[in-house]
Amino acid sequence: MPNLKDLKLRIDSVKSTQKITSAMKMVAASKLRRAQEQAEAARPFAERMGRMLSSLAVNVQGGGEGPKLMTGTGSDQVQLLVVISSDRGLCGAFNGSIVRETRRQIQRLQAEGKTVKLLTVGRKARDQLRRDYASLIVESYEDVGRRKLSFADADRIAKRVLEMYEAGDYDVCSVIYNQFKSAISQVVTLQQIVPFAVPETAAAVEGAAVEAKPVYEFEPDEEQILAELLPRNLAIQVYRALLESAASEQGARMTAMDNATRNAGDMINKLTITYNRTRQAYITKELIEIISGAEAI
Amino acid sequence: MADKVEFELVSPEKLLASQPVDMVVVPGTEGDFGVLAGHAPLISTVRPGVIDVYEGDRVVDRVFVAGGFAEVTETRCTVLAEQAVPVAEIDRAKAEQELKDLGEDLDDAKTDAEKAEVEAKLAVARAKLDAIGAGSTAH
Repeated sequence: MPNLKDLKLRIDSVKSTQKITSAMKMVAASKLRRAQEQAEAARPFAERMGRMLSSLAVNVQGGGEGPKLMTGTGSDQVQLLVVISSDRGLCGAFNGSIVRETRRQIQRLQAEGKTVKLLTVGRKARDQLRRDYASLIVESYEDVGRRKLSFADADRIAKRVLEMYEAGDYDVCSVIYNQFKSAISQVVTLQQIVPFAVPETAAAVEGAAVEAKPVYEFEPDEEQILAELLPRNLAIQVYRALLESAASEQGARMTAMDNATRNAGDMINKLTITYNRTRQAYITKELIEIISGAEAI
Repeated sequence: MADKVEFELVSPEKLLASQPVDMVVVPGTEGDFGVLAGHAPLISTVRPGVIDVYEGDRVVDRVFVAGGFAEVTETRCTVLAEQAVPVAEIDRAKAEQELKDLGEDLDDAKTDAEKAEVEAKLAVARAKLDAIGAGSTAH
């Protein structure tokens, strides 16, 4: 028969775990709201940047040679993957799914005979990928946006990516991150950022709009603006991925902690029933002993 | 002057301003340009400096930007700034300190790339100080 004292201890410990998980859930919920607001605040900039880029691209495409960031190096032999994960765990399948997708991509690319390089953001991706692919990791970032994600963080990463591109360290760069759909659903997304691809549909839509609009004047010329705009755009893309990932992380954590709290509640119920039954059994047993003792006299 | 231009100032972190105004003066890389309604479509890079927002003949708003891009159409003027601070909120002591620190950084910089980076930051800091200087004489 289970020991009453042990059961009592067990119940207490589950109760305190439940308190922790429900507190974490609430923290995640408030952080999620903030992260979502931030992601929304960043949207206008990205939109307008996209609009400007497509109108520029339309103008430059006629001119033949564009900047290397847009046309690419003409090869796709060396692939750089920027993997965005979180620094902390306890957020369900968030990091697991990122790492799984990364492994899949690495295997796919390697099977095609390509060279893969990794740049990880967040402690979790680095720790998990280091086991199998330590040699592929060229750079790791930690504590990105610990307090509040700022554009400077994204800029730092983008600068590094750019430097490596200019040094000819890779041909194609993609980011893998969790796209925020809703608090309970995050979608792992692979997005190519170098060379920059003008979104087909957007370009088509813009193309129609540009024809109607008068042609822009450029100051200084197109090429120079484009040369400045493209690195900016890269930083924006990274920033957006980081924001999405931050919102996803909090969403995933909130869901995970909600489940944990519910499970703890179920467990407490079960344990309490066992506890009560056991106690009842002890009482009955003692009564029987007393009665049979009295009858014997 | 009944026509107004839709002025938008956006930084990566948020939409800072979006309002119809009479005129904006933007510090372009190749010289300041004023935008009135009906301006020819233009895309320009922006150097570190101050954007003046005019309402009638008066300057109603002065915002410091640390470089970026401007897109002008007949009805709209959009400025994408990397960093934007209203001139009134710039702290003179802080800006001066920043300038001094960067001066020291420049001495420490070894490679050309580092130097270029610090110099770019220096230009921003100087423009920031100029912005306050100009602001105090204007009022």
